[in-house]
Amino acid sequence: MLKTKFEIEHLNLHYGSFHALKNISMKIPANEITAFIGPSGCGKSTFLKTLNRMNDLEENVTIDGTVRMDEKDIYSEMDAITLRHDVGMVFQQPNPFPKSVYDNVAYGPRIFGIRKKSQLDEIVERSLRQAAIWNELKDRLKKSALGLSGGQQQRLCIARTLAIQPKVILMDEPTSALDPISTSKIEDLAMELKKDYTIIIVTHNMQQAARISDKTAFFLLGEAIEYGKTEDIFARPQDKRTENYITGRFG
Amino acid sequence: MNTTTQKGMFGKEYAWRGIAVLCGLFVIALTLVIGAFLIYKGSDTFLKFGHTLWEFLGSAKWHPVDSAEGGGAAGALIFITGSLVTCGLALLIATPFALGSAIFMTEISARFGEKFYRPVVEIFAGIPSVVYGWVGLTVLVPFIRNVFDRQVGHSILAAGIVLAVMIFPTITSVSADAILAVPDACRKAAYGLGSTRWQTIRHIVIPAAAPGIISGIILGLARAFGEALAVSMVIGQTTALPKSIFSTTKTLTTEIASQMGNAMEGGELKSALWSMALLLFLVSLLFITLIHYFTNKGKAKAEGGKA
Amino acid sequence: MDKRIQRARRADRAMTGIFYGIAAFFFALLLAFTGKVIIGGLMGASPEMFAFARQGAIGNQLFNTVYLVFISLLVSVPLGVFAGIYLAMYAKPGLFTRFLRICIETLSSLPSIVVGLFGYLVFLVFMGMGKSLLAGALSISILTLPLITTTTEDAIKGLPAGYFQAGMGMGSTRWQAIFHVLLPACIPRIMTGVILAAGRGFGEAAALLYTTGSGSSLRWGNWDITSPTSPLNVLRPAETLSIQIWNLQTNAQDAALANLASAVLLLLVLLFNIGANAWSRHINRKNSGEKA
Repeated sequence: MLKTKFEIEHLNLHYGSFHALKNISMKIPANEITAFIGPSGCGKSTFLKTLNRMNDLEENVTIDGTVRMDEKDIYSEMDAITLRHDVGMVFQQPNPFPKSVYDNVAYGPRIFGIRKKSQLDEIVERSLRQAAIWNELKDRLKKSALGLSGGQQQRLCIARTLAIQPKVILMDEPTSALDPISTSKIEDLAMELKKDYTIIIVTHNMQQAARISDKTAFFLLGEAIEYGKTEDIFARPQDKRTENYITGRFG
Repeated sequence: MNTTTQKGMFGKEYAWRGIAVLCGLFVIALTLVIGAFLIYKGSDTFLKFGHTLWEFLGSAKWHPVDSAEGGGAAGALIFITGSLVTCGLALLIATPFALGSAIFMTEISARFGEKFYRPVVEIFAGIPSVVYGWVGLTVLVPFIRNVFDRQVGHSILAAGIVLAVMIFPTITSVSADAILAVPDACRKAAYGLGSTRWQTIRHIVIPAAAPGIISGIILGLARAFGEALAVSMVIGQTTALPKSIFSTTKTLTTEIASQMGNAMEGGELKSALWSMALLLFLVSLLFITLIHYFTNKGKAKAEGGKA
Repeated sequence: MDKRIQRARRADRAMTGIFYGIAAFFFALLLAFTGKVIIGGLMGASPEMFAFARQGAIGNQLFNTVYLVFISLLVSVPLGVFAGIYLAMYAKPGLFTRFLRICIETLSSLPSIVVGLFGYLVFLVFMGMGKSLLAGALSISILTLPLITTTTEDAIKGLPAGYFQAGMGMGSTRWQAIFHVLLPACIPRIMTGVILAAGRGFGEAAALLYTTGSGSSLRWGNWDITSPTSPLNVLRPAETLSIQIWNLQTNAQDAALANLASAVLLLLVLLFNIGANAWSRHINRKNSGEKA
């Protein structure tokens, strides 16, 4: 039996008076890839952001219900800063800092207080290797990260997240801005990383979910309609709405 | 359409276009003429009265003769030092506050900042400099005299504070614009890595906005450097190199403002004053060049190619 | 690691406090400053100071200030608007346009005392005008010209591209499109620039020091514009409020009068700046309202 990483119970989220997430309960296992799918505006990204409290940064958001990570309530027993050290995030648009490749990866360790050059060098190399981009970038560590291609930028952002040694990596449509070749590199990377990390990925690309994820949750209008093993969701959906979506009848 | 009205139509088109082009040309001509006059009048000190550039910039002996015969000393070092010291002090005082205000109105309390704080800062910017000078003279100068127990309150310190208040809005609003231009994605990435707000501001937002912030500081400096009357009112106007921030001294602008009216046309004193005006003009050109340099640097940083 | 986070959070809270402190300090400083100047100035004044008299009052200076800025705008607004139109509509990217932009920037960054000296040299020494309201007004025109040019250019460039194409599409010439479609649409924005320019003109002193002189003897009712005591005569010396403050401080007399002049000058400038601010907000709201 796999260990449970996140346990979500009766989670509701409102933007002002808009009910964006409706009574969501699910258990997300550790060391697997879990995919959230659904049409745009269904709440999948919003739900992802509740897992590292990025919603705290927005105004007019109210949340009730519980989200527990490793049996600790992340809203009442942890603070957002500590939580985000454990739950890293990769965004839809690659968003490297306007700094060098090196400084991008070293940012996280530095704010932890790691100052020693040799230690930082080691972390930077290890993270870039883990993100399978060391060979491409090792000669341009001092160059600005903004000069990289989109796919390289996104893998750099993953390396930047790995450098803080999180337990969980949230990916919010990480390949939607990338070409097919970069996309497949990121997918391979995700498969590789699940040995050591719990990965939760939001995608509107159903093939992607089918290719890489172990579990899949289908969202519609703020509800988690169906959640289970990926092959079950795609081969034998229980809910009519899930079936309609994955067979392409709407979305 | 009949040809005469068409002809009239195109005739008008050319006439109006001609006027627009003329106005553009006028602006260019005006700038060139200003530059040319300053060079023409300001070069007399060196060409007609035979002073060296080195004497003008590096000597503190200031006894130009108020007649066309010349033969006096025209060292402007006192005024150059006075300008540099007062402006430097003003920057030292204004920059931390201006940066703090810019961060407050963009990162800490954006809604209140845009609605109330920015308009308030803009009102500061519009207050006439003589009013600043007058309040400096009637409030600040006695205050300095009493608090620091000096014989006179007129001082470099008073001038620095008055200038600091004057340039504060410039630095604040340019810096705030630069900070607002930092993409939100950078902030999100920083928060996503577990940064506090201050860490995000200090390590991500300020470095990314740095070229714009520096441009704002230079703009403020340019404004302080060119200010004449407000400084004249509080600096005490003694022709001597300053010894401390409580010294009274003169700046380039204050000397021009106080002597120009008395000086004889074509005399050595007047020429030396014109040379100082030329120096002010050249310094403001230098500031513009610096601002361009930093703006381009900011663009290169945002695009990443060359940085 | 937890200790690091604790420390980071403490630093975060401390800095937030500092930023609030700075903001509050300047808010308070501005209120105190304007309050002191306006209330202090008005309270300390005697009724006869408001008179339009040759001495010991501010009436004539107030009139001179407004009249001088008005004359200067008569020159700088048409010049600036046309130069702005040129930049926005006709200028092709190239050396000439780049040079024109550098010139505008140079003009806008000139110290006002330098502009004053230039005005003194050209209008007084070369043209033999004598210290006069006109010479001062023209100097102020030089100061406000870049502001009006850039506002006009920005206003035209800020319009949706469709505006101009629609005009051209109906077969009008470029100029007709500018005159009948573009200019009416951006007059409100240009007005904001003009109001700001006026605000700057009211407060200007250094550029007037050697150009306008200190005359304040006006005979009200004397409308012969060639007479030296006629309020409308532009070739007479004219002391403005800002020059009055400057003169009062050098002669160290009558602080109450200088206080009152400061108060009135500040009120005048605030009125224009707040007016420009409110006006541009109103325009923005109206424009976004139309879109919605």
